[in-house]
Amino acid sequence: MPIAHALRSLFAGNLEKIRDINRKYATPRITMSLPVRLALLALRVYLLVLVGLLAYKFIVTLSR
Amino acid sequence: MNFITKCYYLFRRVWKSVSLYFMLAGPGLVVMIADNDAGGITTYAATGAKYGYHLIWFLLVLIPVAYYVQEMTVRLGAVTKRGHAEAIFDGFGSFWGWFSLLDLMLVDWLTLVTEFIGMTAAMRIFGVPEWLTVLAVCLLMGFMVLNGRYWTWEKIALGFCLLNLIYIPAAFLVHPPLGRILADGVLPNFPGGFNGEMFFFLMANIGTTIAPWMLFFQQSSVVDKGMREKDIPWGRFDTWTGAIITVVVAIFIVVLTGTILHGVDIDDAAQASVLVMQTNKYAGAMMAIGLFDAGLLGAICISLASSWAFGEIFGWAHSLNTKIKEAPWFYVSYFFTLVTAGLVVLIPGAPLVLITLFVQVVAVTLLPAALVFLILLLNDRETMGEYCNSRIQNVIGGVIIATIIVLSTCYGISALFPALFT
Repeated sequence: MPIAHALRSLFAGNLEKIRDINRKYATPRITMSLPVRLALLALRVYLLVLVGLLAYKFIVTLSR
Repeated sequence: MNFITKCYYLFRRVWKSVSLYFMLAGPGLVVMIADNDAGGITTYAATGAKYGYHLIWFLLVLIPVAYYVQEMTVRLGAVTKRGHAEAIFDGFGSFWGWFSLLDLMLVDWLTLVTEFIGMTAAMRIFGVPEWLTVLAVCLLMGFMVLNGRYWTWEKIALGFCLLNLIYIPAAFLVHPPLGRILADGVLPNFPGGFNGEMFFFLMANIGTTIAPWMLFFQQSSVVDKGMREKDIPWGRFDTWTGAIITVVVAIFIVVLTGTILHGVDIDDAAQASVLVMQTNKYAGAMMAIGLFDAGLLGAICISLASSWAFGEIFGWAHSLNTKIKEAPWFYVSYFFTLVTAGLVVLIPGAPLVLITLFVQVVAVTLLPAALVFLILLLNDRETMGEYCNSRIQNVIGGVIIATIIVLSTCYGISALFPALFT
């Protein structure tokens, strides 16, 4: 039981820590100028395409 | 008398500079030489075996490429006193921060598995069983970090960097024809034309030169070492030296396999070592030792890159200058990454080839993001002040980063769809 209690408090502590981190970095410090916003948008599109390709490959491999 | 006095003072000044360099040298040298990791050795060995000396010029081009990217991490680390992960969280918010951190953890862990694959394959050549290699590596790396000083860790790492030069005498042992190397390798050329296979090899060489963990490692390393703005010129010199050494070593690997194995298809560096052994047993043995050392250097840096990044974000003590009691989570994450990656290699029938391919794909999800964040952070005048990127640095850095992103993406896609580049 003490182990279960310790694990529970460990996870609870870390969840609280993650919430703290999210609060601390909620607002980006870099000024969101047009080039910065464009760069971040391009990154999102790039990652979506790449993840899409990965998913496609996964489905094709499974269906064989 | 006046001449002797001048000579004495000149000697004193040079000696002082050299001593200062040896105090400050480290992050650039270690990260660059560790870049020649187990995967890198396989790429260079395969390049030499496939194209002989013809792609040496391309490796020379990679010296400034590697330097310009890594130099930015030196400036960012020295000015902000923050690692790359923390800088991303701070600059771009928690979404991009978590994305980078979790992606880094995955890429590092997978890359660490490939380092263990390389090390165990190299030691198998000498009859050492896999479990013994994994155990010995974990113990050695444990000893390196548990002594409680960054300085000691770095100097041991530099010792292993020195061993990476073993490829130079190994190449001389096979008596490479200098005239042919110069004739074939110095001027840009594409033997057999610029086809899909050639493109794949160029992408692979770029992919092994700039890896995501390198950005995170060098910046955290600069911070842990306590480098300040005034140390940036030494950091640059260190990075230049490292970039030159790493490419020189890569060229000697190409020369070694280009001389002995030209025309042979190579799957991995351990196979190349065995084949070289059939012609020259000493050169082959040195190649295997170099492969083990390369995997070890990669493992040393990669496992630390993740632990540093986690420590920065979670606010744990995360310095090699702290004892295990003072920074328990830092060391727990370090050993967890290390031991689990080592155990994967020992699982019978583990999909090691699949893992090696998967590394390439996952790495290209992180590399562009890390590079784009790097150049945006270097343009933040408010934080960087006079160390902000100049227009010329932005043009050079921008072109290099755009090229790396395009080529590494193609490399990642080629791992998913090999038919596209054949």
